[in-house]
Amino acid sequence: MGTLISIELALAFLGLGFVVGIPLAVGEVYGNKFVKNLAVLPIVEFFRSIPALVLLFLFYFGAGSLNLNFSPFIAALLAMGFRSAAYQSQIFRGAIKSIDVGQMQAARSIGMSKFKAIRYIVLPQALRISIPSWSNEYSSVLKDTSLVYALGVTELMRQGRYIVARTFGNAILVYVICALIYFVIVHFGVKLLDFLEEKYKIPGYEIKKVTTRA
Amino acid sequence: MTQTILKVENLHKSYGKTEVIKGVSFEIKKSETKVIIGPSGTGKSTLLRCINQLDRIDKGQVWLEDVEITKSHIDINQIRASIGFVFQSFNLFTHLTALDNVRIGLMRVKGMKEEEATKIALEELKRVGLGDKIHNYQAQLSGGQQQRVSIARALAMSPKLILFDEPTSALDPELIGEVLEVMVNLAKEGTTMIVVTHEMGFARSVANDIIFMDDGIILEEGPPGEIFKNPKHKRTAKFFSKITQLEGEKAK
Amino acid sequence: MNFFKFAWSISPELLQGSLTSLELTVLAISIGLILGIPLSLGRVYGNKIIYTVTTIYIEAFRGTPILTQLFILYFGLPSIGIMFPPFTAAVIGLGLNSAAYQAEYFRGAIQAVKDGQMVAARSIGMSKIKAIRYIILPQMFRLVIPSWSNELILLLKASSIAYMIQVSELVSVGRLIASRNFRTFEVFLVIAFIYFVIVEVLNRILHSVEGKIKIPGL
Repeated sequence: MGTLISIELALAFLGLGFVVGIPLAVGEVYGNKFVKNLAVLPIVEFFRSIPALVLLFLFYFGAGSLNLNFSPFIAALLAMGFRSAAYQSQIFRGAIKSIDVGQMQAARSIGMSKFKAIRYIVLPQALRISIPSWSNEYSSVLKDTSLVYALGVTELMRQGRYIVARTFGNAILVYVICALIYFVIVHFGVKLLDFLEEKYKIPGYEIKKVTTRA
Repeated sequence: MTQTILKVENLHKSYGKTEVIKGVSFEIKKSETKVIIGPSGTGKSTLLRCINQLDRIDKGQVWLEDVEITKSHIDINQIRASIGFVFQSFNLFTHLTALDNVRIGLMRVKGMKEEEATKIALEELKRVGLGDKIHNYQAQLSGGQQQRVSIARALAMSPKLILFDEPTSALDPELIGEVLEVMVNLAKEGTTMIVVTHEMGFARSVANDIIFMDDGIILEEGPPGEIFKNPKHKRTAKFFSKITQLEGEKAK
Repeated sequence: MNFFKFAWSISPELLQGSLTSLELTVLAISIGLILGIPLSLGRVYGNKIIYTVTTIYIEAFRGTPILTQLFILYFGLPSIGIMFPPFTAAVIGLGLNSAAYQAEYFRGAIQAVKDGQMVAARSIGMSKIKAIRYIILPQMFRLVIPSWSNELILLLKASSIAYMIQVSELVSVGRLIASRNFRTFEVFLVIAFIYFVIVEVLNRILHSVEGKIKIPGL
């Protein structure tokens, strides 16, 4: 049960991260100096320099200060979603930058606006290139869902805690099982992403895998 | 009688199912320079690498002076310390200066003290003409300089013989001369050398003996005069005609 | 009390917490370093058995959340009789975890060292061990600095998870303060700022260290 919540959370975080991350990346690569340095970079730096846990508390308790009543779930969604956006924006930025500048030039030369060129020419290629790094992000986010335990959300770890408390059970067994569940979900998720990478591969366009964590 | 430094008997080597060395035997005596020539991909480099077992030997025996080095109980590291090897791609240690490159074998393999090792290293670097570049790193040296450092590195170990694996093939044309010059001097000074190369001029003028290898076997062996003027096999003659064609074009 | 006065007043306590966080980070990354190097060597040079064992270790620690690992160490082990105090459990947990990540960074760096280096080392008579020690590892250390710096920063942030197993690091101290005066949001703003500053400083230091030990061509 807790597992489903965890997966839900992960997908939600990744989803928000994706939706916000792409504009951030585009802003960073194509935006003018103001957009880049006053808007995008500070946001990205902020979300990347502080621990996820602190971020969660900030959003949850911060909401209270502004008299908004966020449920733990919403607070977590916003905090982790934006955090993922910051990391994803860097992934996409790298991918966009690695695309030959000639692509953009060719697109403009047939009359596409910058926006159309990004949408129809650059992004399709960038997204494919991003898949390996993105699967790293998937692993990270899935594992980080465990942190929302601290806000009281009943995801996998908290569920585990309840089981141990209820049954005076073998704590080590329960937690090891939790670990196994995470491992399996991460593993299969990555396999799925690898499969997608193969399926949507552009013939002849080989990209080297980079194994660095965001 | 001049001492036999190296003896190779019935060497065989395969990569997977393909046999690349099909029974090679030869000898080299002290102070001799043997040059191995032949078409590319016929096992010449592999042969050299088998001698100091950088590549594994499938069948056959190798003797260094009186010691059979193909026996399984032999400490191959000790043997390699007595055989010098110069690579086509130089392979200088990237994180070390020229001086350190030459010294490290003395200090870490032979256990010499720094003072003594430095003395020898400086001598050898001067010998190859790089006394003024001893503190340069690999990235700060030209290809020809790098190769000369690698020769100094081999010399410093006082090897019984030196193996040269196409030492000039990766060099820009204008840098080949400086390396060949060093090698010619070494030969004159009596260094025992086996050289795999495409530099026919070098082979003609410096070799005591030429080995022509094709398709994994030694087709012909003999002094340069004989081989170049009267090749016994059709394939040898064919090889030479191709080479002189290229050299003729180069001259033009 | 306005925000800045408040921030100032809680600083001493927060500083204590930060020191604990830093202590935790330094100890854990050292464990990670000491374990990580043999792990990476095992994966690159080891035989089938060593390779399998090291891979299992690395996959296990990288494929599961740090929180779960800490829970197993702190809440789980007591049920089979092994009890660690919070700080120890955190150091062990974060250390073992970091070892797995560092092993992968080291492995990448080892594989980035050109093939010819090992062959050349063997050709002058070095044994495999000597070649690894004098030729491969010195180059690996220089190549791995960017990734390693990244790991240090990540570990600092991960130290906050130790809050969950009752270690008195920065976040834990923050919660404590907040439970006294209920100004949780502001407390955590200050905490966020502290982390931000520490990370920036670390980044600068690591960057200048990288510059100092640079070798042309590596």
